[in-house]
Amino acid sequence: MVMAAAESQFHVLAVDDSIIDRKLIERLLKTSSYRVTTVDSGSKALEFLGLLGDEDHGNPNQPCICTNHSQEVAVNLVITDYCMPGMTGYDLLKRIKESSSLRNIPVVIMSSENVPSRISRCLQEGAEEFFLKPVRLSDLNKLKTHMMKSKCKNHQMPENLEDPERPEESTATSSPSAETSEFQSPQSQPQLKQQQQQSQANNSNNNKRKAVEEGPSPDRARPRYSNDLTVVSN
Amino acid sequence: MEVGQLQKSFVDYTASLFREGFLDGQFSQLQQLQDESNPDFVVEVVSLFFEDSDKLLNDLTRALYQQNIDFKKVDAHVHQLKGSSSSIGAQRVKNACVAFRNFCEEQNVEACLRCLHQVKQEYLLVKSKLETLFTLEQQIITAGGAIPMME
Repeated sequence: MVMAAAESQFHVLAVDDSIIDRKLIERLLKTSSYRVTTVDSGSKALEFLGLLGDEDHGNPNQPCICTNHSQEVAVNLVITDYCMPGMTGYDLLKRIKESSSLRNIPVVIMSSENVPSRISRCLQEGAEEFFLKPVRLSDLNKLKTHMMKSKCKNHQMPENLEDPERPEESTATSSPSAETSEFQSPQSQPQLKQQQQQSQANNSNNNKRKAVEEGPSPDRARPRYSNDLTVVSN
Repeated sequence: MEVGQLQKSFVDYTASLFREGFLDGQFSQLQQLQDESNPDFVVEVVSLFFEDSDKLLNDLTRALYQQNIDFKKVDAHVHQLKGSSSSIGAQRVKNACVAFRNFCEEQNVEACLRCLHQVKQEYLLVKSKLETLFTLEQQIITAGGAIPMME
């Protein structure tokens, strides 16, 4: 039960203009024990993240919400629809990656259309994954890895992420295994896990789910789960 | 009717909807997301789909009966309907939308009107089928039974 408690601390911001899809993604994420906030546009997402109008500074009329430090609105991952009126998911991704305070938040893009150029553009811009809609529970398994990674990257963690693990594990921050044994030390045994994950994914995914080629950025050289599922050529 | 009988017709009816392609695996996903903490999840999402589709089909009809048809707008509506129908697993509506979009691209008015008719028909069909399914569910619950899990 430590596991569930710790996982529930992960906070996902889901962005979609369709109320049906918001309902769906919210339910999917909650079933996976995440804390979820949904918004219906990219600009509302930026507002929630504390990034308004003028670049990296919050709106002067509002208290500056600094995502990396504020426990209240700490967001561990953003999952956004691609095709939205106004600010697209791609625009939102760029805004997040251009912001010094937000760029460490993993971003996942969802789209109902399998357009290879679109997918590679998003990955180039720093998206962690590209999910084809409708998103399924099996897709969400991949989110955890990305949140773990960014968690390791950020040295200072919000307190509430560490607390529930204290009784079991004294070095919660440095050891991601505290939350899920499944992703225990991903660095040291990626191969094995990768295979397990894949056979699982392949079984449940009935070839429809397109996984995505590895992100182009060099700091992500280690194997990713998505690599050999299905290759989207670009 | 007895609970057992109701449950059996529920199972048979659901199976027929899948067999005849009205619903696909995405609808099963919705069913799997429904649990004690969210007993009405499927009905809620599907009701949103009905509201959304009614509006979109109205907008579509209006857009296609203009003097100068804005095909970009038509395509945007169809795109939305395709997305929401695929999100709830209304497969035949989704497929009709796919065909529709091709004709939007060609700016083929006649074919678009045919597609509109087709999409409307498929939508009304799946709507009445789903309503029947939900009524059955309600009857089972009223009779004190549990909704059978579909594989």
